[in-house]
Amino acid sequence: MDVVLLSRIQFAVAAGFHFIFPPLTFGITLVILVLETLYLKSDQEIFKTISSFLIKILGLIFVLGVATGIVLEFSFGTNWSQYSRFVGDIFGAPLAAEGILAFFLESVFLGLLLFGRNRVSRKFYWFSAFLVFFGALLSGFWIIIANSWMQTPAGYAIEGGRAVLTDFYAAVFNPSTVIRFLHTMLAGWITGSLFLAGLAAWYLLNRRHEAISKILMKISLTIFIFSALAQFVSGHSSSVQVAKTQPEKMAAFEALWNTMEGAPLSLFGIPIESEQKTYLEVSVPKLLSLLIYSDPDARVLGLNEFKPDERPPVFLPYLSYHVMIALGALFALLAAVGAVMLVRGTAYTARWFLVALIAAIPLPHLANQFGWIAAEVGRQPWVVYRVLKTADAVSVVVPAWQVLFSLIMFSLIYMLLFVVFIMILLKIVKKGPGATSEGY
Amino acid sequence: METMAFLQTSWFVIIGILLTGYAILDGFDLGTGALLPFLARDDDEKLMVFNSIWPFWDGNEVWLITGGAVLFAAFPHAYATVFSGFYLAFMFILFALIFRAVSIEFWYYDEKRRGLWSAAFVVGSLLPSLLFGVALGNVIVGIPLAESMEFTGNFFTLLRPYPLALGLLGLSAILMQGVTFITMKTDGAVQKRARELFGKIWAIFAAALALSFIATIIYMPESLASPYVWISATVVIAAWLLCRRFASTGKMGASFAMSSLSFAGLWGIVGVTHFPNLVKATGDAALSITIYNASSGEKTLTVMLWIALIGMPIVILYTAFVYRVFRGKVMTAK
Repeated sequence: MDVVLLSRIQFAVAAGFHFIFPPLTFGITLVILVLETLYLKSDQEIFKTISSFLIKILGLIFVLGVATGIVLEFSFGTNWSQYSRFVGDIFGAPLAAEGILAFFLESVFLGLLLFGRNRVSRKFYWFSAFLVFFGALLSGFWIIIANSWMQTPAGYAIEGGRAVLTDFYAAVFNPSTVIRFLHTMLAGWITGSLFLAGLAAWYLLNRRHEAISKILMKISLTIFIFSALAQFVSGHSSSVQVAKTQPEKMAAFEALWNTMEGAPLSLFGIPIESEQKTYLEVSVPKLLSLLIYSDPDARVLGLNEFKPDERPPVFLPYLSYHVMIALGALFALLAAVGAVMLVRGTAYTARWFLVALIAAIPLPHLANQFGWIAAEVGRQPWVVYRVLKTADAVSVVVPAWQVLFSLIMFSLIYMLLFVVFIMILLKIVKKGPGATSEGY
Repeated sequence: METMAFLQTSWFVIIGILLTGYAILDGFDLGTGALLPFLARDDDEKLMVFNSIWPFWDGNEVWLITGGAVLFAAFPHAYATVFSGFYLAFMFILFALIFRAVSIEFWYYDEKRRGLWSAAFVVGSLLPSLLFGVALGNVIVGIPLAESMEFTGNFFTLLRPYPLALGLLGLSAILMQGVTFITMKTDGAVQKRARELFGKIWAIFAAALALSFIATIIYMPESLASPYVWISATVVIAAWLLCRRFASTGKMGASFAMSSLSFAGLWGIVGVTHFPNLVKATGDAALSITIYNASSGEKTLTVMLWIALIGMPIVILYTAFVYRVFRGKVMTAK
């Protein structure tokens, strides 16, 4: 097999599996921060009980995030050495900044959060919860900067066959950084808050820990409602930004084969690349033009505008983009329903709603994975958009069999970790809040 | 010194500091992991050992993550050559680190498979402890490099006598970190066993040091000409002697500090002999990857220097603070 393809699959496996955990972290640390704030203000033990329970879950999730994150950190060197040589100036910098400015903060204070409640003052403990939340956020920010630079590179010049930094600020705040950061953070808050709302729903259904679950439900559901509704706006601006900065990616998302004035928004279809045709398509006329340019007759570039060897694949980006949006719409619906239920006070008792929340727990993960697939596959054949091709980025000295070997090993290890992770998570959940905590 | 050379030298030093920080801090939890079978007999004792490193190991591992990222940012060619060249070796390190990262948590909750997870913790700690030194030994003694800076050897190139000697030295230094740390943090039967182990590990460290010294005389005698090597070596040996002295009088904090200082001294030797090389080439020295031909541009090095100069002291400050919060003996009970 081809070493480029193998390395791509390996990166997809490593990044995809890793990305189960950070979004949960983003959401859960936010809920913990809210709970710790309430505890500090009100002095009611119940907030502390819930928070300590969530911190235990966070500890487990964080460990898996670290274990899988190390692999990614080194994978640029192991599998993408040509890429590393080419972009080290710019891509390495945000990774290093992430470590120094964010990941240290998150990891060191998580240790304090996990084991230090009785060893520091209450105010300082609250501050630690804030730093873990903030560290996670900042960590995500630097990682998104690095990835956004691959999508919309800026602030660099090509010198001696390498990308050299010319303007740090322009590279950091490249055209897609801020929009993609907000989009990813909201996705994290949706993922984490829905997970915890589902958890609360499970206890409520089983009539366990009812007082605790009501509080957890109220906080998590509120965060979910705001995030899911905000994500609708953020998703829209993210799409507009893609259409304007990476038009061939948007053309692939929408399977827009030819440039059109008054382009339709494709709702459903089966795009077949070899025939340049979309079967069974259902679309809304002129809506794509309207959404991107606020003008129903605006011209939208189709795939025909781009050289055949510079066009992204269509099927996978189309599929993932549409599934992500469908899920986003579902979350907005669930948020609207949830808001009504919360106001009416039925969110804690309506069986169907509680079941729906539990069933929805895995859905944000699907949306996250599809979102990344759309973003990354939609950027192909480039690894750095219009600067460096993926095929020219791979390590030259690593033989295919070694990548195949490591790919098989990672797949097996990750499957094992996932099974054990779920098993332990269920165990912690079944035991419930209030159980004795480990350590110090 | 011209700006570029100043920046490149600064980054060589910063990476040295990060790797030394990693060696000292993650060293004690890696060493603890490798020694687990000798320290703890039953689950309660294992929990005691785990508890002594649990709040710290996450933060400790960030030193490695940051060290890797900083190498990527400052010297991308060195990062690219080493990690792709030593592909299989690094994959084994990564598999080990993955298992090690999850195994304490998994051991604690997955009571049915505690044997498996404590074995994963031991192997996951032992393998990187050995392989890091082997990798370092390779870049110091030199590896075959092409003009494109790519590694031209194979997996077995990595397993030459000099790198293996350094692997043993690294492992024994890590074991010293582990055993002094555990003696400091525990009491009762675990501490008693750690005390007994200390003497053996102390002797193993001396043997590994002698072995590395002989290997250096054989394979890279030119490096012994620098007076800085001898200064660093004096620090290593003095700290090693004091480490035992403090241990015998029960001053375990000081003993751990001396073990750490001795480890830092080893990094000092590496730094002064290796500078300005990052990855030495065997044969033609012109092919070596150095801080001058492998670095990022001036802008990146400058911006990142500011970030490191502001960020790292803060990191060290709050890390020290959190260690202080958790000072004293670890609790035995759950």
